[in-house]
Amino acid sequence: MSLLHELTRPPTDAPFDEPRPIAPGLGRSDHVFRITARGVGFFVLVLTAAIGLFLGYQAIPTFHHYGWSFLTETQWSPNTDTIGIASVLLGTLEVAAVALVVGFPLALMTALYISEYAPSRLKSTLIAMIDMMAAVPSVIFGVWAQLWLQPRGINVSRWISQNFGWIPIFKVDTDANAASWSKISYVGSAFMAGIVVGIMIVPLACSVMRGVFDLAPLGEREAAYALGSTKWGMIRTVVLPFGRGGIIGGTMLALGRALGETVAVLMIISTDYQPKIKILSQGTQTVSALIASLFGESTSTQLHALLTAGFVLFLMTLLVNTIAAVFVARSRSGAGVDV
Amino acid sequence: MQTVGQMERPASGPPPGVAGGSRQRAATLDARHVSAWFGTNKVLERVSLTMPARRVTALIGPSGCGKSTFLRILNRMHESVASAKLAGEVLLDGEDIYAPGTRITETRKRIGMVFQKPNPFPAMSIADNVTAGLKLTGTKVGRGERQELIERCLTRGGLWNEVKDRLHQPGSALSGGQQQRLCIARSLAVDPEILLMDEPCSALDPTSTRRIEETIAEISQDVTIVIVTHNMQQAQRVSQQCAFFLAEQGTPGRIVEAGATERVFTQPIDPRTNDYVTGRFG
Repeated sequence: MSLLHELTRPPTDAPFDEPRPIAPGLGRSDHVFRITARGVGFFVLVLTAAIGLFLGYQAIPTFHHYGWSFLTETQWSPNTDTIGIASVLLGTLEVAAVALVVGFPLALMTALYISEYAPSRLKSTLIAMIDMMAAVPSVIFGVWAQLWLQPRGINVSRWISQNFGWIPIFKVDTDANAASWSKISYVGSAFMAGIVVGIMIVPLACSVMRGVFDLAPLGEREAAYALGSTKWGMIRTVVLPFGRGGIIGGTMLALGRALGETVAVLMIISTDYQPKIKILSQGTQTVSALIASLFGESTSTQLHALLTAGFVLFLMTLLVNTIAAVFVARSRSGAGVDV
Repeated sequence: MQTVGQMERPASGPPPGVAGGSRQRAATLDARHVSAWFGTNKVLERVSLTMPARRVTALIGPSGCGKSTFLRILNRMHESVASAKLAGEVLLDGEDIYAPGTRITETRKRIGMVFQKPNPFPAMSIADNVTAGLKLTGTKVGRGERQELIERCLTRGGLWNEVKDRLHQPGSALSGGQQQRLCIARSLAVDPEILLMDEPCSALDPTSTRRIEETIAEISQDVTIVIVTHNMQQAQRVSQQCAFFLAEQGTPGRIVEAGATERVFTQPIDPRTNDYVTGRFG
């Protein structure tokens, strides 16, 4: 009894039974680093907010002048004071959608190959190549697409319209089966621009996915193998479920990039403000290409209108990127791996 | 799915077991002159050990003596490390599992493995975890058969009573000990002839350890078990025979002594075995 008493009673029996303040106990270098890091992080937030606020502020006169018809009007015709971004938004979405359809499988397969199948020596080379692809300026992609890809790509466009022309989006205004077919009808389409953008977004989507696949826990991989699984079975059971957040997140980030891609699109498309869903047919327009092409020669009212279009694009990409961030953060790969 | 019959096997071997067929078909595993390397570093040298059917064989020895490497050679997990090499042969009922033409997926299905750290598939429910091996090996089962299999495997793994009301909850929601028993149940579902266990209790508390040991005793009646353990008492409790591995001063691991567990622990022949089992080192 007396021993227990000695062990469990501190010498003073002051009633300390309430939370006490705890000093962080950081050294000076920790303080300096923390303040610097916090400042930089805060600066990034301020910068994004500043861009948004600037665009929003510039948009006020436009909305004042055109009202909601700015969003529903299809024509961009400053001479008649008719300005709207409906068909431009449609074109933007079409290009981005084609880009995703092209880019997503390419990025996913490439990421799986690099992460799971490639021999280690080839692996680093492939990663370097993909990173290099991300560093190629979009104007180079534009030139390449214009001079090399498009003359060949229109055959694909024609083939799709010949075989799937009964689906409205693959219809063309010309006779796809004519012996001497009208090549020009397929040039500068949303489809063609989408293919180029799709190739351009592969590096971004691929590196996000690859990073997540590499983190799939060895223990679960070995569990699958030890049950007699094939490699593909293991990938389906362990790698893909684990990497789902990264796959979605990487795709959304790529979509954000696709929505905003400018120069390559501008070089490919033939400008056309007619709202149309026939993605294989010549002519379309996107928000970013619109801004880039008209910015230099704008009057003050038009400038405001362009900035308003930019504001809408900004909101769209912000939304897409936020959704992407949510998915990446929610996935197991974003949280603690060692559960 | 590839049936066993399509595999190239020497004609002298016994008829291959068919998945989902007769149970009670434990096999003998016979390692002959097995050596292993990681890169140029030799970690095992000419290890030979027979692990008879329906017996529990314990592999004991200090850390780094090569017993886990040896275990991973027994179901071809060793070669998943890029720099890993090996020599010798491993006979499963007389047939070399490393022979050309032997399908690695079939070998691993017949020789299951339970790992040190419980590794259920976290995205799957408890029930799906149990049947994961069937899905992975392309074995089709009917609905009723599946339910019956889930119950039977979880019962054999000693987990049924604890999870029977929540089979559709994720496997990751279980405690560590329960997860490990789920992993045992998952291994049993593909009906292996051999079950390899790599320190299955080292991450568990004493109560869970006890449950796993009971499970081992029970399933060893129809599955051959090889267990790596650092726990001397555990080796004595669960195994009928044991092998003492040792890697001395920069030399590769070898078996110093092997035999009936009782004998190895009470009357070791080699003084080094004596020092180890009495707790003088390691």
